[in-house]
Amino acid sequence: MSITQILFWILSIMAILGALMVVVSKSPVYSVLWLIMVFFAISGHYILLNAQFLAIVNLIVYAGAIMVLFLFVIMLMNLNADTEPQKNKWLKIAGVIAGGALLLVFVGALKNADLKSQIAEVNHGDIGLIHNLGLALFNDYVIPFEISSVLFLSAMVGAVVIGKKE
Amino acid sequence: MVHPLLNVDLALIIEKCILISIIIGLSLIVAMYETWAERKVAAVIQDRRGPNRAGPAGILQPLADGLKLFMKEDIVPKMSNGFLFILGPGLAMLTAMMTSAVIPWSSHINAFGREISLQIADINIGILYIFGVVSMGVYGVMIGGWASNNKFSLMAALRGASQIISYELAMGLSIIALLMLTGSLSLKTIVDEQLDGIYNFLYQPLGFLIFLVCAFAECNRTPFDLSEAESELNFGYHQEYSSMKLGFYLFAEYVNMFISSAVMATLFFGGFDIPFVNDTAFGQAHGQNLLAILEGLSLAIKVAIFIFFFIWVRWTVPRFRYDQLMRLGWKGLIPLALVNMVVTGFIVLLKVNHWHF
Repeated sequence: MSITQILFWILSIMAILGALMVVVSKSPVYSVLWLIMVFFAISGHYILLNAQFLAIVNLIVYAGAIMVLFLFVIMLMNLNADTEPQKNKWLKIAGVIAGGALLLVFVGALKNADLKSQIAEVNHGDIGLIHNLGLALFNDYVIPFEISSVLFLSAMVGAVVIGKKE
Repeated sequence: MVHPLLNVDLALIIEKCILISIIIGLSLIVAMYETWAERKVAAVIQDRRGPNRAGPAGILQPLADGLKLFMKEDIVPKMSNGFLFILGPGLAMLTAMMTSAVIPWSSHINAFGREISLQIADINIGILYIFGVVSMGVYGVMIGGWASNNKFSLMAALRGASQIISYELAMGLSIIALLMLTGSLSLKTIVDEQLDGIYNFLYQPLGFLIFLVCAFAECNRTPFDLSEAESELNFGYHQEYSSMKLGFYLFAEYVNMFISSAVMATLFFGGFDIPFVNDTAFGQAHGQNLLAILEGLSLAIKVAIFIFFFIWVRWTVPRFRYDQLMRLGWKGLIPLALVNMVVTGFIVLLKVNHWHF
């Protein structure tokens, strides 16, 4: 096994363990912290694929900003294991069925995918480097890029409008 | 046959390990003497003597402070969250230390038949790495504040975190204008561009000003130390902490100050460039090693000036009110940074077009 493979396995185990702990943990604060660990593991995978820009943006945006807002809400609501109301049993069963159905869809989609011909470019791909990514975004995909930025802008304006309502 | 796992440059690993230990040790020593400098400068500003008992001019005072913090009883509150209570100060210290990895402390030295670069990692996303680590620093404050199980700590932690997030935006926007000029995210490349040319400060004075204000806010320094406003929040997010856990939080602030001074010097003031000297010619005339040492000293002097500025402002300017802080961040600095970005972009485009519309 090369170092890349060892790192891949460590990161994968970290990601899956973290994702399981997000669901299993009793305290919502711990769930958020485990989710942050999942983001770190995924960023590690991006680095293995030589996509450093994607890795660091994943950390800045998700682990650094969005998860902080999650923590804000959870800490202010002061959810403890004993004060949290027990959910309806039927709701839990429905959740399990919905999640299982999603898993089935994923497995079904992966089963038919042609995995052999699409091996990830570990360690030597250069599409994830910031230079190439920037060129691709602003040359080939400039219109979708601009449209999505307009979408973000409208979301921002919407947030301001909702926030202004007395 | 050599096992593929061992197929790495062992000398490189040893070299990097030594460099990392030196830089971590250096940041700790600098942080220690920042506390001493802070008390001395405060004393001068307030017309006092400052620490003068431990050693000549109180030079051993930081050691005495450290010893005091280590010797104190370490109290963990009964209703606190045990693991997170310890994780908080640890994270604060870890993130403060990690930022130093991408700062070029000097050019390379030649020793043991190798060219040793005095930068831990020259990655092509250098600045973004710093932003990533800084945004992780929020967790040290938030986890510590929440795990204390104290309402004042929690409120202070939320204040601190929302302040850091708000000012990170303006900081990022002010950097974008700079990146348009340099065309690279690597700090080494940014310094190399300034070696022969003009410092970025002269191209981006407004960007530097915004970055400076945001750096103050990110370090939780006065006038932005809202999370430690003792008149409103008792002691802040580290109220329940004692002994060296408290020391870690206080220390992390000083390490952050050191690193952000180094980042500002690197981005806007030429990094390790020696002012008014042609570095390459000097290196050829007097040898690369001497040049590297002098360049390191040059960066150290720039950093020291910034640290002095941090301290000077702290003992001169009173604290903001919280709504003033938020108004400055969102309604003052972010629009200003956006204008700076648009103007810079316009000029860069014009330059590419050879000054024709």
